[in-house]
Amino acid sequence: MTFTYEIEGGNFSRAGTASSDIKKALKQLDLDYTIIKRVVVSLYEAEVNIVAHARRGTLTADIDPDRIVMVLDDQGPGIPDIDAAMTAGFSTASSRVREMGFGAGMGLPNIKKNADSLNIQSTVGVGTRLEIVVNF
Amino acid sequence: MSDFHHALKIVDELCIGCSKCMNICPTHAIRVRNGKARLMDNRCIDCGECYRICPVSAIIIEQDDFSRIFPFKYRVALVPAVFFAQFPSKYSIGRITQALLELGFTHVFEIENGARLIRQETRKLLAENRDEKPLISTFCPAIVRLVQVKFPALVHHLMLLKPPLDAAAIWFRHHLEQQGASREETGIFYVTQCAAKIAAIKSPAEGEASPISGVINMDEIYNKVSVKLQAAEEDHAQANDKQVTMPGSADVLWSLTTGESSQIPGKRMAIDGVHNVTNFLEKLEQEEHPAFDFLELRACDESCAGGVLTTENRFLTAERMRSRARKCAADESQKQPSAMLYFDHEILPLLTIAEIKPRSMMKLDEDMGEALRKMKMIRQILQMLPMVDCGACGSPGCQALAEDIVQGRAMMENCIFIQRRYEQKGMLKPEVSAEIVKKIWGANKIDNENK
Ligand SMILES: Nc1ncnc2c1ncn2[C@@H]1O[C@H](COP(=O)(O)OP(=O)(O)O)[C@@H](O)[C@H]1O
Ligand code: SF4
Ligand SMILES: [Mg+2]
Repeated sequence: MTFTYEIEGGNFSRAGTASSDIKKALKQLDLDYTIIKRVVVSLYEAEVNIVAHARRGTLTADIDPDRIVMVLDDQGPGIPDIDAAMTAGFSTASSRVREMGFGAGMGLPNIKKNADSLNIQSTVGVGTRLEIVVNF
Repeated sequence: MSDFHHALKIVDELCIGCSKCMNICPTHAIRVRNGKARLMDNRCIDCGECYRICPVSAIIIEQDDFSRIFPFKYRVALVPAVFFAQFPSKYSIGRITQALLELGFTHVFEIENGARLIRQETRKLLAENRDEKPLISTFCPAIVRLVQVKFPALVHHLMLLKPPLDAAAIWFRHHLEQQGASREETGIFYVTQCAAKIAAIKSPAEGEASPISGVINMDEIYNKVSVKLQAAEEDHAQANDKQVTMPGSADVLWSLTTGESSQIPGKRMAIDGVHNVTNFLEKLEQEEHPAFDFLELRACDESCAGGVLTTENRFLTAERMRSRARKCAADESQKQPSAMLYFDHEILPLLTIAEIKPRSMMKLDEDMGEALRKMKMIRQILQMLPMVDCGACGSPGCQALAEDIVQGRAMMENCIFIQRRYEQKGMLKPEVSAEIVKKIWGANKIDNENK
């Protein structure tokens, strides 16, 4: 089963809508709650990254009986050094974004920690693609 | 799952099937069938929103008959601070206590006397626990049930500590036993403003006997006490003469919003109102590292001052309690060492809650494949429904109807928009539509033209 969402850059008031929706869906399945939490936390962080760092993006979430695959594709600045970005505490967030309570540099590390697999592809000046898998 | 005991009951003879309760219920636990509201046991959290909104008082809260106190030799009224604040401040606590004694109780004991011990234990738990933060207070039983049915992933945050009510009840039993009273001779009756507390007392955890012998609804005792107060002489009574001990100024406020959280160190927050709490918990579920140590969450607006069985305006009640606490803090004579300090070590082990299990109401099926299939169907059905959430189908909104259809609790034709669509296509006769509507709302709403 597939869910798709549009994510708008800069729209912090809507950040978290997709993950909250996916959370509702997962709560209807007989899943272990720790798994739901892992999905929701990692998806939320990825969603916020598009809002905070990119212009716009889409989320496609595929749920089947043994796993969820979430693909987040955005148009934005891209990530020049993915290894650096993956470091805990690394952030290029603007002061405006920090004032909103985001930009602690823990997003990507948290996704890594909560997901069973994380795959990042990025082209500077074009955009970023995250594939996050959580097994049930 | 139906081992959830409920204090709220819908009286069919009185229910007019207006659907107000169905639409306000925070857990979508009510449907209308045959012109009557129906409660889904595994979803109801006994918050009392339905009781408050029912225009014809068709929802009642079960209680024990007052006469049940009399077979006991020692008849204790266990009374919350909210009760004393139901009355104008010209009536002293001593005088209200006197009125309770005149009704037939032999002792009156204020629940907030138990707050000191709970505060101490809460602080200990907070100092110990790192993983379960934020600790969610279990003071409000409606919130405990809300978390169980709607936020199962948050169940492990619930603090496994009983509220002051239990501490006070157990303490008073000990106190009377010390004076030679046997267990059988002692009846402890909880005068309550709260449907959820009744439900919790009537379904204690497995293998546990509640220290409380019975519950009496606050509105009933309010009426009885009011009569006594009006008949009584001048107010000479001193509170301290009538009760074994009185709660301190901070304890008096325990049941109000911020009553607990203000007593707890660390990052804490208090939220009241079941819909407000629901919104916040939705957010909490999403966070990797929640920013709080302690959450005080209460189902009623203004917390227990707004309990369903109160009579007085909740803001007035809260203000009276605050004014009492201020006076109490100023009055040195009230600061006597609390008699409650005795038997702490005997009571403490009895205040732990063994376990709180999740009881998800959202699960579509135990089988994952089947649940996914149902989820797909719900999505397809939602695409056909008008999304106006009118409730004319007897379910609280289009999403709820879609779920009801998939779970076999309703059919597509329950939707009045679908009926029109089917009629236009010649798939449904108007008479059949009328029959369907009657099955939901009762025949008289359709047949009776001059209602
Ligand atoms: N979708 C994205 N587009 C562009 N840059 C990104 C994106 N996601 C992450 N980044 C970069 O990686 C850094 C680290 O991301 P993250 O760990 O989520 O921390 P934060 O978002 O708090 O800065 C960001 O500061 C940003 O430079
Ligand atoms: S706030 Fe108080 S009265 Fe209201 S449901 Fe909770 S415990 Fe009961
Ligand atoms: Mg981030």
